[in-house]
Amino acid sequence: MIWNEKIECASRQEMLGIQSKRLKETVERIYHAVPSYRKKMQEVGLTPHDIQSVDDLKKLPFTTKNDLRDNYPFGLFTVPMSEIVRLHASSGTTGKPTVVGYTRKDIQMWSEVVSRSLCMAGVHRNDIVQIAYGYGLFTGGLGLHYGTENLGASVIPISGGNTTKQIQLMEDFGSSVLCCTPSYALNIAEVMNEMKVDPSKLKLRVGIFGAEPWTEAMRKEIEAKLGIKAIDIYGLSEIVGPGVSCECEEQCGMHINEDHFLPEIIDPDTLGPVAEGEIGELVFTTITKEGIPLIRYRTRDLTRLIYDRCNCGRTLVRMVKCKGRSDDMLIIRGVNVFPSQIETVLLQMSEVEPHYLLIIEREGTLDSVTLMVEVQEQFFSDEVRKLQELRMKITRQLESLLGISVIVKLVEPKTIERTAGKAQRVVDKRNLI
Amino acid sequence: MIIKQLSIFLENKSGRLHEVSELLGREGINMSAFSVADTSEFGILRMIVSDHEKAYKALRENSFSVSLTDVVCLSCPNQPGAMAKALRILSENDVSIEYLYAFSVGESANVVIKPDHLDKCISVLQQHRMELVKASDLYKI
Repeated sequence: MIWNEKIECASRQEMLGIQSKRLKETVERIYHAVPSYRKKMQEVGLTPHDIQSVDDLKKLPFTTKNDLRDNYPFGLFTVPMSEIVRLHASSGTTGKPTVVGYTRKDIQMWSEVVSRSLCMAGVHRNDIVQIAYGYGLFTGGLGLHYGTENLGASVIPISGGNTTKQIQLMEDFGSSVLCCTPSYALNIAEVMNEMKVDPSKLKLRVGIFGAEPWTEAMRKEIEAKLGIKAIDIYGLSEIVGPGVSCECEEQCGMHINEDHFLPEIIDPDTLGPVAEGEIGELVFTTITKEGIPLIRYRTRDLTRLIYDRCNCGRTLVRMVKCKGRSDDMLIIRGVNVFPSQIETVLLQMSEVEPHYLLIIEREGTLDSVTLMVEVQEQFFSDEVRKLQELRMKITRQLESLLGISVIVKLVEPKTIERTAGKAQRVVDKRNLI
Repeated sequence: MIIKQLSIFLENKSGRLHEVSELLGREGINMSAFSVADTSEFGILRMIVSDHEKAYKALRENSFSVSLTDVVCLSCPNQPGAMAKALRILSENDVSIEYLYAFSVGESANVVIKPDHLDKCISVLQQHRMELVKASDLYKI
């Protein structure tokens, strides 16, 4: 089923018409409501009048995560707080989270795009949808929740964790759809095996997985182990959350809900456009959002766009699975982590020099993070207790800043390789791309 | 009465202890007393050597995390109950021990102690006429 056939199967001409009209309205609104963005436009000699259609998009200045940070918490909102009905946040680069606000209409729009995504994945109103994404500041849980209710399917709002109970409810309630991170899906499969639960006896049919990078190999593994179709969903809280794009049952790229999120692909170095179909950095302009509309927001995700009509009948442009990042952000257990955050923690501690190495591994199905820190003269104590205390201190501070647990390992001086150029601070052994 | 002890941070990987002892051997430094504290991830090697300044320099030059720690060395008769007596004195006078290690040489037993308060530890032991080993004597063993 196609949730909104008129839009999802519109001709390119129709879509461009909708996008141009909405882009014009959005630019007009931001120009008058957000001083920092108005200033940016003025600096390059632009007024809202210069933006008449999608063709003019390339004239507009970019927005980055730094802009969100500089205007923390609500500086980029275009409506008064009385209009904001929900706040979500994701981790930022320096400890301050990125905050997004939704008006009532934004929540409706978000529900709409998630309902479309669920339909793309083959979910219908008779399904029982188990949402094992975290509920809270993270957009995963509540995003899927509202979209599922809007579709009319039944929600099990179980949130993440408590795997035994997840499996018990799958058996007892007959969940047919599972929404979570792909690594958690593998974890569930593993626990099922330990509990001697046969997945083929369950009603589970579809999985909607996102919030972290995963490979085709992982997809095959999940599909084989759980006996389901594994669908990739994409989103980022700055744009709306999950539902920015989603795969259909053809599993050949994620359809972008481009009547709400206007995509572009740019060269991250020159910031100019790339040739159609080439890989580059994905940039979104939200053209219907009220709370915090963003113009040309740089996602830092590398991908390419496919404009051909899909076998499913939809004409919505597709993006291929992300091919990496144009910055150093890591996604660990669904949490965004910037190596610079770790440096911040270490620099704040007088006892430690910021020589570190971060090793990310996938042990079984879950990511583990090990931080190796060199023990320097000045804070080396010959008492085991004091070294353990130091280790705990680093661990606690990292956990509270990053939101994930980290194994801190103290190593001898000069064991972490020094390089003349950009230091190799991160070793990602997960082979995700 | 204050003894300079070398403390060295070692990762738990094979061969490290050997590298330290080989380095000191090459430098002509003799070890009088030696102990290793280990955890699952790292160890701390503590030792008293013939020339701690030379050893310190050599270890630093070879990228070891090393520090000099002040400790005290008690000498008591090598017989049952002798150590208990010394420990009772420290305990009754509220001196806590961070760690200790001991070695016997013939008739006497030497106990290297790292107390929480070094000066207090020394004065308490001296008041109770306990014998403390002179630094220069210990380095020669």
